This record gives sequence, C-alpha cells and structure tokens, in this order.
Amino acid sequence: MKKILLWSGLGLLLVFLSIGIYRSQQEQVGIGEIAPDFELISFSGEKYQLSDFRGSVVVVNFWASWCESCKPEAKDLESAYQYYLNRGDVIFLGVDYVDIEPDALKYLEEFGVTYPNGPDLRTEISQAYRVRGVPETFVIDQNGVISHLQIGPYSSLEHIKSTIDPLLD
Amino acid sequence: MILNSKRTRWQVLALVLLISLIPLSAFAQGSDPTDDDVNEVARQLYCPVCENIPLDTCGTTACEQWRGIIRDKLAEGWTEDEIKTYFVDQYGDRVLAEPPRRGFNWVVYLVPVVIFVGGGYLFYRGFQQWRAPEPDRTVRKKGKSSPAPAKPSEDDINRVEEELRKRSQG
Amino acid sequence: MVAEIGFGSLFISLIVSVYGIIAAIYGTSNHQKKWVLSAKQAMKLVFPLLTVTVGSLIYLLINNNFEVVYVSQVSSLSMPLYLKITALWGGQAGSLLFWSWLLAGFISAVTLKKWDRDQDFLPWVIVVSLGTLAFFLVLNTFFENPFIRYWQVNQDIVQSFAQPAGGFIVGPRNGGGLNPLLRHPGMVIHPPMQYLGFVAFIVPYAYAMASLINGRSDDRWIQLSRRWTLWAWLFLSLGLILGARWAYDVLGWGGYWGWDPVEISALMPWLSGTAFLHAVLIQEKRGMFKQWPIVLIILTYLLVIFGTFLTRSGLLSSVHSFAASSIGPIFLVFIAVTFIASFWLLSSRWEKFKSRQELTSFFSKEALILISIVLLMGMLATSFWGVIFPNISELVTGAKVTVGPPFYERVAAPILGGMLLIMVICPLAVWSYVSFKHLGKLLWKPFAVSLLGIVLPILGGLTKIPAIIAFWLIAFVLAVNGFEFVRRTRLRRKSETENMFETVSRVFQRNKRSYAAMIIHIGIVFMGLGIIGIEFFQTETQATLAEGQELTLASYTMEYEELEIFDAPDARNVARAIVLVKKDGEVIDEIYPRRDFYYDSGQPVTIPGVRSTLLDDFYVILVDWKSVTSEGATFKVYHNPLVQWLWIGAWVIIGGVVVATWPDKKTSKVTKSAR
Repeated sequence: MKKILLWSGLGLLLVFLSIGIYRSQQEQVGIGEIAPDFELISFSGEKYQLSDFRGSVVVVNFWASWCESCKPEAKDLESAYQYYLNRGDVIFLGVDYVDIEPDALKYLEEFGVTYPNGPDLRTEISQAYRVRGVPETFVIDQNGVISHLQIGPYSSLEHIKSTIDPLLD
Repeated sequence: MILNSKRTRWQVLALVLLISLIPLSAFAQGSDPTDDDVNEVARQLYCPVCENIPLDTCGTTACEQWRGIIRDKLAEGWTEDEIKTYFVDQYGDRVLAEPPRRGFNWVVYLVPVVIFVGGGYLFYRGFQQWRAPEPDRTVRKKGKSSPAPAKPSEDDINRVEEELRKRSQG
Repeated sequence: MVAEIGFGSLFISLIVSVYGIIAAIYGTSNHQKKWVLSAKQAMKLVFPLLTVTVGSLIYLLINNNFEVVYVSQVSSLSMPLYLKITALWGGQAGSLLFWSWLLAGFISAVTLKKWDRDQDFLPWVIVVSLGTLAFFLVLNTFFENPFIRYWQVNQDIVQSFAQPAGGFIVGPRNGGGLNPLLRHPGMVIHPPMQYLGFVAFIVPYAYAMASLINGRSDDRWIQLSRRWTLWAWLFLSLGLILGARWAYDVLGWGGYWGWDPVEISALMPWLSGTAFLHAVLIQEKRGMFKQWPIVLIILTYLLVIFGTFLTRSGLLSSVHSFAASSIGPIFLVFIAVTFIASFWLLSSRWEKFKSRQELTSFFSKEALILISIVLLMGMLATSFWGVIFPNISELVTGAKVTVGPPFYERVAAPILGGMLLIMVICPLAVWSYVSFKHLGKLLWKPFAVSLLGIVLPILGGLTKIPAIIAFWLIAFVLAVNGFEFVRRTRLRRKSETENMFETVSRVFQRNKRSYAAMIIHIGIVFMGLGIIGIEFFQTETQATLAEGQELTLASYTMEYEELEIFDAPDARNVARAIVLVKKDGEVIDEIYPRRDFYYDSGQPVTIPGVRSTLLDDFYVILVDWKSVTSEGATFKVYHNPLVQWLWIGAWVIIGGVVVATWPDKKTSKVTKSAR
C-alpha cells in the first residue's frame, strides 16, 4: 500500500517535471499556430478583442517604454498603420509589456503612435504568446493563424510591409 | 465686540493658528513620503521583470521607476494594500511575496498543514506500535548514572558475527 | 592547441568512465576479478584526466583566449588573476566542468582505500560512481562544451569546437567579464565549497547502493562511508554558511538568506543529511530503525541531483539561475533513471531492513532524536513543496506566483524552536529509558540559569514574546550542555587523579562523538542567536545625505564625512564614502561604504561599510542606482543585532566536526590488527 503511494508519487513528480521541461524549452507561439485570443484595454479605455478581427490581418506588437530596441521600429510601425489605414482590413495593436502608464504614454507621444495601445495586464497576453523579450511582433492572417513572427525590431517600413502584403490580395 | 481686549486677541490668534494647522496636517499626511515609507511597501513586492528580487533592493532603472510609482501613490494618499493591489492588477500575482489566498492557491497553504498533521499522526501511531513495556523499576534505579545497557545490544552481536564471518573468509 | 588538449582529455575521460562501468559489470557477473580491478584502475584515472581538462580551461582563461566562447563570456582583460581563475565556475559550461572534476576527485580518491575486505562492494561502487560521472561528462562533452570557439565562415560567425568548412578562428579583443556581483573573494570559496558538499555525497550513496545491490542488510556501508559523509555534511554546511556570508557582505540587502529557490535546493540535502547523521546514531546505539539511515542517505543524494537539475534546467525563477540551456531534457532522463533505480532497489530490499523497534519512552534519547528527524523532514517537505509550487500553479492556472520568505519563515520558526527544545533535553536523556526524577535532577540547575535568558531580555526592554522564548531556549541549551560537560568531567576526575587538561582531553577521546555533537549543537545554537537577532530586531532606514549631514538609526548616528572618487587598476571606478559612526555624540568608528563601477561590463556593485561587534552590526551601504556625489549620496543603513553570532556559530560547528573526525590516537592495537 505504501509502495503504491510512493511509486505514484514518483511517477507524478516525473510527469510534472517533464511537462515543466517541455514548456521551458518551448519558444514563442509559432507560425502556423492559431493566435491565442485576448482582450486589450487601451490606455484610453476602449476594449479590443482579437477574435473580433477575424477576416482582417492583425499586427500585434509587444513593446515597452524602457526597451531601447523598440524605439527604432516605433515610427515605422505607425507609418505602416497609416499606409494601410484606408483599406480597413489591416489592424495594428500595441501591447505594452510590464510598463508604467505615464512613461508609456510619453513614449507613444514621442513617436507619434496613434493606433490602439494598451497595457498587458497581469502579463497574461505575453504569457499566452510565450514572449521572451521585447520587441516581438506577431502578424496574424485573416483566419487567426500566425503568419509571421518578428523577434526584435523591424529593420524598416518596407520590411513591415513585406510581412503583410503577401496576405492581402 | 471687545476685540481690543488682550485676552480676546490671544484667543483669536490661537483660533487662527489652530485653523491654519488643519490644512497643514492634511497635507502632512500625504506629503513627501520618505525613502523608508517607500521601502516599507517595496519590501513586500517583488520586481516584475527580475528573477526573484524584492523591489526595495532591486537596482535596475525599471525598479527605480516602480519605486517612484509607490512614492507617488503614497503621496496621493493610497494605502499599502491599495498599492499592492495596483501592482497585482498591472503585473500579475507574482509580484507578491506569497500567493494570494484565493482559488487554487489555497493548495500551497494547505499542503504543509496536511504534512505536519499527517506526519505527526503517523509518528504518533508508529510510536504506539513501537512502545515497549517499561522495564523493572529496580533495574532502572541501579542503572541511573551509567547509561550503558548490561546486555550487549543487537548491533554489537551483529558486529561480532560480521567480524567472525570476515575472518573465516580471509 | 590547448583547447584541443582540454577537450581531448575530457572525451577520453568519458570513454574511460564508460569502460569502467562495462568492465565492472562484466567482471562481477562472470566472477572475473581482474576485470573489476581494471575498472578500478579506470576509476583512478578519471581525476588526473579531468585535471588536464580543467587545467587547460584555466590556462585559456588566464591567457585571455577570447576566441574560446566561454572565456569571452566570463572573463576580460582587466580582471585580476584570481578572478580569471574563479571565472572557471562563472558560467554554466565551466561550472558543470568544475562539478565533474570535483566529482571525479572523490571517486578517484575512493579507489585509494584497501578493498580486500569489501570485495563485493567494489564493482557496484564503481558502477554507480562512474555512471554518475559519465552522465555529467556527456553534458560537458555534447551539451555544454566549454571549449567551443568562434569561427568566421564567410560573413557569419559560428560557434563550434571543430573547424567548420572554410572557417577560421576569430577572437574578440576583449571579453564581457564576470558579473560584478561575482567579482568578490567570496567567489573564490563559496561555489567550490558548495559543490564539494554536493558531490561528496556520491560516496555514501554509492556504498549504500552497492550494499542494496548485494542484498546486504548490515551496516558495513555506514562504517565504510562514515568519514566521507561527515566531511560531505561539513562542506555542505560551509557552502551554505559561506553563501550567506557572501550575500551579507556584498549584496547589500543587509540579509543573509532570501529563501531563493536555488538556496532552498541547497538546503534540502542538508536537512536530510543532518537527519541521516542522527538516524545513524539510533541504529548504532540501539539497532533500531535500520531503514532510516539508508533511506535518508539515498534521499540526500537524490536531492543533490534534483537540486542541480532544477538550478540548471531553467525551471526555477532565481537570482542564481544560469542562462537558458538545452540540458534540461537529458538531465530529466538522468533524474528519472536515478530515482527509479534507487526506489526500486530500496523497495525490493525493504523487508531485510526490518528491525525490532521498541521505544521505551517518549523522553528516551532515541525518541527525542526521532522527533528531531521528523521535524527536519517536515521542514524538508515544506521546502520542497514551496519550490515546486510555482511551476504547479503555472501548469494549472497559467498564472505565475512567487512563494517567498513569509511562507517558509512561518514553518521554519516553530521548527527551529522545536529543535532548540529537543536540544535542551536530549543531552540529558539516556538511551532506552528515562527516569523523570533523574532528568529533573539534571535539569533544575540549567533551568535556573536559563531564566537569565528571560530576565535579561525583558530588562533590556524586549517585548516580542517569540524572541523571548527563543532567547530562553538558547540560554537553556547552553546551560544544559555546560552543566553536563562539567558533570561528566567531574565524574571522570573522581576516579583518577589528574589535572584539568588531561581530564578534558581524555573525556574527549573516550567519547569523541558525544562531545563533538555537543560542540556542534552549541555552534548551531549560536547561529540561532544570530538568526533571532537579525530576524526579529533588524531595523533599517534610507536617506539621501549631503556631505556633513547625519542620520540616526537605533542608538547610532552616522555622518557622511567625505567622498573620494578614483579609478582602480582593474578597470573600475570607485566612489568611496567616508562615514563616521557615532554614539551619544562621540565618534566611535569610521567605515567606508563604496560603489564600484566596472567599465567593461558597465555594471556597478556596492560594498557596504560595517561596524561589527558581538552585540550588533551597524551596516551602511551606498544605494548604487542613485548618484553618488558630495552634494548627495543615498545611504541605506541596517542595524543588525547579534548577527556576528551566525559566523561565530559556524566556526564552532567546524571545530565540532574536526573533533568528530579526529583520528583516534591510540585505537587499541588489538582492534587495529583485527581490521
């Protein structure tokens, strides 16, 4: 009786460790996977649900005001947003990772970012996407599947467009 | 009004002073929190990005900014609990030094209790099983000051047998 | 060239280990002694081979061979020589190699003993030891190779050991250097001591497993491994204490133990190791509870392996974490194999260990020791649970949580109290039975003295009840041990006429273990004193001062007198504050908290200025993330009562272990020749 208990305890421990190791070795949610749904509440209070944007291309960019490498791409992302604005089917969402609101707002103002940005409350969104650092950008196609994963900043506006254009026709 | 009476003048002065102190005290409550006030709260929180470092000792710029938030909120009159709740809402449960007592987290607190109660019970039961009858009182009285048992213990016997076995094996 | 030599030697040692395992198994299954002896030779060889490997890496570090990836990660031109050497264990790959080397040291040392009497142990000790070493060598060779270099292939930089096609070696001009927090003399001694404590347990584990494999149920394995286990326990204790000391000296949070998961992973084997040392006592004196020693030593070793797995696999969130690594999955396989093999052997031989268990009384020595073991195990189980819970929580709810100091302290405090209580009664308790009258007679004098432990604190103005209770218990333990020592010495004295020194040394010789234990317990009690002082009575404050300004904490005042800024020869900028410590208006000391800024890594580290006395520490540190100028420097000040007793207690413990392992001067000639 005690033996069964001990062996199942050991078994449980090993299973649990295996799962833990598997998860620690996992990388970000990858290309071809379904993008985890989330709700983003912008700094101005509006709610955005990712699943509402099925049928559009969604660009989800993780950033932070304390992140130096986020700065080079900030203006380019805004330009890309403006470029696709009239089409109405390319959505840009900025997720602010472990940041402080006043500093975040200052950052957005400095780079003239106008598309929706909101804090990653309780770091739930970045955990769902298994984000390992900032900046990271996920381009999600019209079916809710991840089509491009950008780790680190985009190098230019053209670079951003090159990851979106193939999805449009 | 007898305002020119000396006593009345002092009374009015005292009253004016008293009234002027009221906004002063309200201001003092929320005014410039000291480093110690900030650390008092920061000590109970963990840095959201660093690995397992309390917020009062973390040296990064981000942590300095977080302490700044604590300072600002203290100045606005927020309580310790309100500030802690704010941090949890922003950054998740892991900024607290202990899992908040709700939902699944109760398990973390219950298991040690089970361990100790269960362990204690097991030990008590075991002890009952192992309990031997008390030896004769007279024997005990004699052996009071020298703890060595009169008979060789099982272990000694084992050891002698071992030695004999080894010798015979060469 | 040197890298090739180092790696070659590493690879050969792996082959030699595998050979040793195969030869030992073959030799013992086919009763061919020569194969077993050959395996023993193999086991002897691994240490010299790995010494060549380690020597090569040290050579590369000292000679600034930055084309070796590891060297550029942990070393830099400006580091002093001693730090370049300690950089050997500054990163994952090097520290794993260091671990293997130390492991090999113990394993090879075991071959030096005379094996004639214990032939049946030898092959299995070889298999278990070399099996473990082989696993770590696999990690060193295939997963975390410290000898890989940078190669340029066309436009890319590639990392590999062997030359890739069309590639040539490139070497950065300088390395990143060691993390400034590690640039401290503590780095020289804490990791090696900690690792020694960990790996040393391979020896008693191998003996225990060999005993099980052979189906033996006697305690020969304990006799064979006794000294090893004692030293392993000492190293482990020292590793923990040195880690605490280093944290206190450098890390600037005025504390010594943060209940960080990696710290706890090092504490857990210590808890079961201590329980083991006590369980052995019961088995020897009373022949009871024979299962406990073997279970506990195996548990200790498993916890060592488990702890290092957790630390290096990326499962833990800790300040001690190494950078993410790929060794997780294969390490898990090793864990599974080791755990399953150990469990299976124990369970299949369990019945053989059944012994007659009889406890005559709750207050007999063996019962009290049993209770202490249960308490230690309780702390262990709680710690284990606290360490793995964050991972469980993330699995179940997706949310990460922190299990921090409040959780552990809630449990540790009463357990420490319970242990102190047992330490009061146990020295007076007697094997097999108890007479309350006898106990009472022995207790009343120390009890009277112990009341000082209540009266003095209260007179001193203390009101915290738990602290008062703790002080009382500490006074009680010291009094009990003191009176008992005097009583036993007097007993000896009465029978012969000799002077005090002779009596004392004879008393020690006759019953070394008992007195060593007394000393060690007193050391623990002193540490308890330090713990209580700092946990209950630490106060702190922080303020920004300009030169000439003062701040007050406890009964002390400190004045920021002057600031010196200069560059030190090892590429760091030093901002050194001169601080005057005053009491009642008079200057009683001058201390120098400083901030060092390392140019090559761009990181600062602060070193506190401390005034230490037996009663308290006045601890001043510069807050390194704020500017340090004459106009304003921010100081964090701690008042830590009694903290020096932590370190005093540590010395006493070392002394106790030395007494315990002191070779018997004249083990009577009869027994010697009988061996």
